[in-house]
Amino acid sequence: MSSSSETVAAFEPREAAPAALSPTRPFYWSLRRELWEYRAIYMAPLIVAGLAMFGFLIRIVQLPHLVRETASLTPLQQSLALGAPFAIVAVSIAGAGLIVGFFYCLGALYNERRDRSILFWKSLPVSNVTTVLSKVAVALVVLPVVVLAIALATQLVMLLLGSAALAANGMSPSILWSHWPFLKMSLVMIYAVVVMTLWYAPICGWLLLVSSWARSMAILWAVLPPLGLCIAERVAVDTHYLFSLLDYRLSGFLSEAVYYKKGARLEDPLALLTPLHFLSSPGLWVGLALAAVFVAGAIWLRRNREPI
Amino acid sequence: MACIEARGLRKAFGQTVALDGIDLTIEEGRILGLIGPNGAGKSTLLNAALGLIPYEGSLKVLGQDPWTGRDHLMRDVCFIADVAVLPRWMRVWQALDYVAGVHPRFDRAKAEQFLARTQIKKASRVRELSKGMVTQLHLALIMAVDAKLLVLDEPTLGLDLLYRKQFYDTLLNDYFDRTRTIVVTTHQVEEIQQILTDMMFINHGRIVLDCSMDDYQARYLELSVRPENIAQARALKPIHERQVLGRSIMLFDRADREALAALGEVRTPSIADLFVALMTEKDGRAQGVAA
Repeated sequence: MSSSSETVAAFEPREAAPAALSPTRPFYWSLRRELWEYRAIYMAPLIVAGLAMFGFLIRIVQLPHLVRETASLTPLQQSLALGAPFAIVAVSIAGAGLIVGFFYCLGALYNERRDRSILFWKSLPVSNVTTVLSKVAVALVVLPVVVLAIALATQLVMLLLGSAALAANGMSPSILWSHWPFLKMSLVMIYAVVVMTLWYAPICGWLLLVSSWARSMAILWAVLPPLGLCIAERVAVDTHYLFSLLDYRLSGFLSEAVYYKKGARLEDPLALLTPLHFLSSPGLWVGLALAAVFVAGAIWLRRNREPI
Repeated sequence: MACIEARGLRKAFGQTVALDGIDLTIEEGRILGLIGPNGAGKSTLLNAALGLIPYEGSLKVLGQDPWTGRDHLMRDVCFIADVAVLPRWMRVWQALDYVAGVHPRFDRAKAEQFLARTQIKKASRVRELSKGMVTQLHLALIMAVDAKLLVLDEPTLGLDLLYRKQFYDTLLNDYFDRTRTIVVTTHQVEEIQQILTDMMFINHGRIVLDCSMDDYQARYLELSVRPENIAQARALKPIHERQVLGRSIMLFDRADREALAALGEVRTPSIADLFVALMTEKDGRAQGVAA
């Protein structure tokens, strides 16, 4: 009995085919593949964090001395002086993330065409929509989360090491924790990363579009046309409307997301953040709409462009 | 249901016409050799069937329009487009994980079994493998997919004889089960002649010959003519004549075997010779030879 049913199964392999996978599986594996291919996504922030940690270890010897030296200052000035390394670490890790993000987006749809591996990817049942959206997700979700996690972990380790160094010298480590407490610092950093990610989404979309379109030198196609248009406008009509648009896209999030005036109270950094103002700024929403258009273009191009 | 069915299939790149109104039907369970000179339109035809390029006319693969139904179609269709398109940065285990992750019909155990018979190590990157090993890896991945249609476009290009032989042996012994359909293009026609059930010659975007191997053996005869019988042989209207070592070799389509045997030695022509004959006949001059 069993042997006859086995025979039937052997002759009808199609009927015994495994059930369809859930639609999120190709997306999950596409993310995995991006992280395999572009290890810089986590390696670059890690290396920067490692270097920063190394620098901090050298500096930590002087930390007790620095605390005594700044004791005469106001508590705020003292904590700013002591907190500088933490800020520098956060900014450099985020900077590494921005650079990685730039090159990642620029190569994400270009490299697979150049080495013709796109023909392998396209031979599998993963749609262009899934593939392109997974790349968008790497740039706008995975990378920011990785940067945040690494920066927060680095700061926490620095804080613990600093406290240990102070305690070893018979000083109270509370000075490191009191004015800019770790939790508040972290909230500011999370806010900054989210704001920048949303603000730079159209740039990410533009880079992906160029990446799916360019036949060579994607970086030139990404950078020169916007710059060229600014220059052309300047020469032709002597205005700098386009340039200010570009400038707004690059640095405008500061004025939209943070309130800072000379003499503002720095004691509570959270009070400087203006999330509602940011969320209601047209610049954010116009940018996100543009990002959607660019990504849709990239999906269309991935379907239609041939390998280079 | 036909596996691939085209009616008036046309594709032009700018001024260049790659496919010039092709009609074809490929039944399920066949192994079709698609043969033609460089630039004949073979790859364009395959790319259209795989939904990689848009086209004019009607084309159905497994009953679906490959351009609009591509995402769904790729569950039942596999292809090797060219050698060495596996991403060079990928490790062997990553390739296995990935295909297992995204392909509902992938049998990982089967792929591993096949890899175990090779020198390929799972931790190696594709870029560290030899060209032959990359093809073995690709074949291992593709063969472990329970697909209805397998398309191979020059799968053994640049490989040495041993790898080529092993490639087709494995394909025939471990993969083909008479329900799957395989379409293969290659310049080494002679090597795959034995595994084909059908062949199709294509040139200038048109189908020059479309016949089964059985028909081919019944239809075409090659005659090595004895010098004294040349005039008689020519009277039987050979489709092609050439000189080899001072003897005339003539190719006949649907000639009477007995009548030819009286004039010299008769045998079935090689695909390559038939190809040259048909290409020359259509063009009036010798073309780049595909074999």
